[in-house]
Amino acid sequence: MAGSKPSSSLVKSLGLAIFLILFIVPFIILLLNSFKESNAITSNPLSLPGSFDLTNYRDAFDKMGYIAAFSNTLVITLASVLIISLTAAMTAHYFVRNNTRANQYTFLLMVASMIIPFQAIMIPLVKIYGSLGMLNNKWSLIYMYLGFGSSLAVFIYHGFVKSIPKELEEAAMIDGCTKTQTFFRIVFPVLTPTTATISILNVLWIWNDFLLPSLILVNPEQRTLPLSTYNFYGTYTVDYGPLMAGLVLTILPIIIVYLFAQKYIIQGVMQGSIK
Amino acid sequence: MISEKGVWNRLRSRLLFTGPTLFAFLTVMIVPFAYGIYLTFTNWDGISTTHTLVGFQNYGEVFKDEVFWQSFGLTLKYVFFSVLLTNVIAFLLAYMLTKGLKGQSIFRAGFFLPNLVGGIVLGFIWQFIFSNVLVYFGAKTGISIFSGSWLAEPDKAFWSLVIVTVWQYAGYMMVIYVAGLMSVPNDIQEAASIDGANGWMKMRKMILPLMIPSFIVCIFLSLQRCFMVYDVNLSLTKGGPFKSTEFVSMHVYEKAFLSRDYGVGQAEALVLFLLVAAITLLQVYFSKKLEVEA
Repeated sequence: MAGSKPSSSLVKSLGLAIFLILFIVPFIILLLNSFKESNAITSNPLSLPGSFDLTNYRDAFDKMGYIAAFSNTLVITLASVLIISLTAAMTAHYFVRNNTRANQYTFLLMVASMIIPFQAIMIPLVKIYGSLGMLNNKWSLIYMYLGFGSSLAVFIYHGFVKSIPKELEEAAMIDGCTKTQTFFRIVFPVLTPTTATISILNVLWIWNDFLLPSLILVNPEQRTLPLSTYNFYGTYTVDYGPLMAGLVLTILPIIIVYLFAQKYIIQGVMQGSIK
Repeated sequence: MISEKGVWNRLRSRLLFTGPTLFAFLTVMIVPFAYGIYLTFTNWDGISTTHTLVGFQNYGEVFKDEVFWQSFGLTLKYVFFSVLLTNVIAFLLAYMLTKGLKGQSIFRAGFFLPNLVGGIVLGFIWQFIFSNVLVYFGAKTGISIFSGSWLAEPDKAFWSLVIVTVWQYAGYMMVIYVAGLMSVPNDIQEAASIDGANGWMKMRKMILPLMIPSFIVCIFLSLQRCFMVYDVNLSLTKGGPFKSTEFVSMHVYEKAFLSRDYGVGQAEALVLFLLVAAITLLQVYFSKKLEVEA
């Protein structure tokens, strides 16, 4: 709107700024209270911390088993995201280039399966993998993320592989590349923006997922960050100081990533929604 | 010979390219889903190695399980208000943040913030806000609505779940609406302005019709997420007070894993699946009919 007056846009900005502050005020209150002693928190949750005392953080860090939970979450998220992206890209590429009836139906089945809620699968899933002795293992969990995440990933890749000119691949084949080499040297690099989109959507999902890991990972030392947060909260319900610090510690890694990759994350969500 | 080698090669590349994905997809999604349908006809208790077929008995139990239908109705009410408010707020934010305001990318990033954090953590943060911060605020300012913790009263606990959900998802849907709004061509808007259309007319006659695809995506996503809500429900209210905010997902979990009524729990999960599938497909079908070309 080129015609709107600067003063009215200033009012709008100001209004939005106030709304944004109200919007993120829970995070600010959390951060401020994480430096306070437990009884100072309960007596006045809106007061400012007297000093930046890190006792709560030290407490939470130890009692949550932060290092273990963090590295479990990191391994599970990274491995799942890498495997989903790679195998889904290969499958989508295969489906587009070999557009047979059977492949079309398989693709449709994958797309249709996206409507199945996790709750309709969790009970038999636990029974089947429990009887195979595959619970309590982070690699089983990663495998399940591949199963649950591949439909959406194949669906998104499918749309983008179609836009790659076939001549590009044919040229590579004439130059002596095998199908596999063509995929890894030509197709997969061309798909990098799509891979970024899919990875971002999957990181946001897997890093924060609670229900599936809570069913699969039973041992305390296997816990991911959301699980150890939940457990920590259940054990120390009255000790608010360390609880606040624990929540901040859980949020911190992803906020740090967001500070650097904010533009890409928002773009990834945009791209992921436009099929 | 050549053809035999060709067949082998084709099979090998098929296995390499589609094998891992399809195998995981079949063994994690399809087989458990099918096996789940079978489980609803058995009396498996979760521990014993054997179970017998009991026909439709579990489904009979589902219809008799009043708590299930109560939580189902509650979930529908929650989904209705959450989806509606999330999308209205998200659309308004997106509309204001595509007008070239200064710092609009900072605003977008800020409103998106809650989506980076898992539902468990968000629920705990808001539990603290509702039961400590707002109560303190109410006591200091004398605002009576905050005099007691919202989470201690069934009705207010329900609304606090709606508030947290809307707060969480509004930023996500906003991003999708921003993408949609940016693809509404500027030239037709200018042409309409020259022809004397005001802001509201442009909104009703041009922007809203052209935004139908974004509405389809956002409503579909928010419907699905709200029907499936579990972690915020667990960490914010734990279904309380007195099970008054126990949504379907949590009910199924408790039925199966805590009461060890696996057959009935699974049957309830399938009833949930059928209703969610019906609602989301109807939504997509009817809104596709509204779609127009720019």
